[in-house]
Amino acid sequence: MRFTKDHEWVELAGDVATVGITAYAAEQLGDVVFVEVPEVGKAVKAGDAFAVVESVKAASDVYAPISGEVVAANGELADAPDTVNAQPEGAGWFAKLKITDLAQFEALMDRDAYEAFLGTL
Amino acid sequence: MSADLKTTPLTDAHVALGARMVEFAGYSMPVQYADGVLKEHLWTRAHAGAFDVSHMGPAYLNLIAPSGDPEADHAAVCALLEPLVSADLAGLGRGNLRYALLLNADGGIADDLMVGRPVRDPGQGTLQIVVNAGTKEDDFARIAAAAAGKATLERADDRGLIAVQGPQAAEAVEALMPGAAAMGFMQYRRMDFEGASCSVSRSGYTGEDGFEILVPRRMAPTFWDRLLADERVRPIGLGARDSLRLEAGLPLYGHDLDETVSPIEANLAFAVSKRRRKAGDLAGAARIARELAEGPPRLRVGLKVSGAPAREGAEIAGQDGAIVGRVTSGGFSPSLGHPIAMAYVPPALSAPGTRLSAIVRGKAQDAEVVPLPFVPHNYVRKA
Repeated sequence: MRFTKDHEWVELAGDVATVGITAYAAEQLGDVVFVEVPEVGKAVKAGDAFAVVESVKAASDVYAPISGEVVAANGELADAPDTVNAQPEGAGWFAKLKITDLAQFEALMDRDAYEAFLGTL
Repeated sequence: MSADLKTTPLTDAHVALGARMVEFAGYSMPVQYADGVLKEHLWTRAHAGAFDVSHMGPAYLNLIAPSGDPEADHAAVCALLEPLVSADLAGLGRGNLRYALLLNADGGIADDLMVGRPVRDPGQGTLQIVVNAGTKEDDFARIAAAAAGKATLERADDRGLIAVQGPQAAEAVEALMPGAAAMGFMQYRRMDFEGASCSVSRSGYTGEDGFEILVPRRMAPTFWDRLLADERVRPIGLGARDSLRLEAGLPLYGHDLDETVSPIEANLAFAVSKRRRKAGDLAGAARIARELAEGPPRLRVGLKVSGAPAREGAEIAGQDGAIVGRVTSGGFSPSLGHPIAMAYVPPALSAPGTRLSAIVRGKAQDAEVVPLPFVPHNYVRKA
C-alpha cells in the first residue's frame, strides 16, 4: 500500500489501483455522513478532485493519487458512509482505477514514509 | 493555533479534555471533543450536554441614577434599549427573558440577542443582555452610545458562560443549584453556586430544555468540572452546537440573518412587538409594516434535502430550473439521518410540500420545503 500527503492510500493489483482515504484522514474528518464516488468510465488525472467525503461539519475533496480510468466505484458507501470510519483502509475504499503509469505508484510514500510524514504534522 | 486568539475561563479545561480547538470569532474554541460531532449531538438530544459559550457577549445595562421606584426604573432602562431592538422590553415581566432583534435604520437585523429582567428589588433598572460573539464589539458600542449619560454598559464577557442542554439538563443543574429546575422556560434568576452569584436563564440554542449560566471567572472551571462529573453530562463542541440549532430551526447570525434581512423575511415576526408596531416606533417601521401587509420579498424556510448535504451558499432552483434562492445554513441532521437546510425563497415557493432543488457541485438534488423546526422543540412548560 502506498500513500499521499493528502492522506489517500493506493493498493495495486496488476494494473488496477484501489484508492481510499487513510485512517488518519478518517479520524480527522470525524463521522462520515455522505460520500460521492466517481462514475465508472471517468478518466482522472493524479491530483484531480475525484470524490467528496462529508462529515456533519464540512465537505472535503478527495484527490486522485494516481492517473487512470475508473473501473469500479464503491456504491456501498451511499448507504453506509460510516464504513469509511470503520474500515478506512479496507471496505471503505472509494474507487478502482486502471492505471498506465506504474512510475506514479512507485513515487508515492510507503507506510514507513507516510507514518514519518504524519509525525511531522 | 495563532497565539493572539482570545481564551475563555475554560480553555485549559477543553485542552485537557482532548478537544479539537479552532478559531471562532477571535477565540480559541472547542469544535469537538473525543466523541465527535455526531455522538455529541445525539448525546445532547438524549441526555445533557455542557457547552462553553463564554465567547458570546453577556453584559448588564445599569441605570446610573436609579430613582428607587422599581417600575419607573425598569421603564427608564427599557427606554434606552428599546429604540434599538424589535421587542417590547417595557412589558417584560420580572424574572423573565425575551428574544429580541437589534435593528438597523432600514429594519435589517444587526444582531439577535436575549434580554433578561431581574426578579428582585433592588435590581430594577438593570437589564441583562447576551449578544453574539462576532458582533459584540459593535453591539456594545451602539448600546453604550444610546445609553450614554443615563446608563452604563457593564461587560460580563470575561466570565464563564456555560449552556447545559438536553432532557436531563434540569436534573444535572438542579444538583448544583437547588431551585433551578423550578424555573420556567425563558425565566431568569440569580442563583448561588458554592457562594458565587450566577445568572441563570432557562433557555438555549438547541431546541432542548436547558439553561445558560453566567458564572464568575474564578468559579467557572469548578462549575464546569462539577457538571462533567455528572454521568448524564458530556462536553459538547461548537460543531454539534451548530447541528443542534439547525435541527431546531434557530437562525445563526451572520449566516441566516444579516443587515439586509428583515425580521419578517427571517420568519421572526414573533420577535417584533405588536405594541411597538402599532406605535410605529421600531427602526425600519415602514418596511416591517409593508412586509407584514403585502408579504416580504423572500422568506426563510426549512428544506429536506436528498443526497449530499446542501451547505451555506448552495443555490436553490424552482421546478423550471431558475435560481430562486440560496442556502444560508445547511448540513446533515444527525437526529433525522438526512441533510437539512435553511434558505431564503420567494413566499410563493415557501409552503411546506413545495418541491425545489438544491444545487450541490453542479447537480440538482431534490429539496422539499418542510416546516421549522425540523426536530420538535422540547422546552419545559410550566403553569
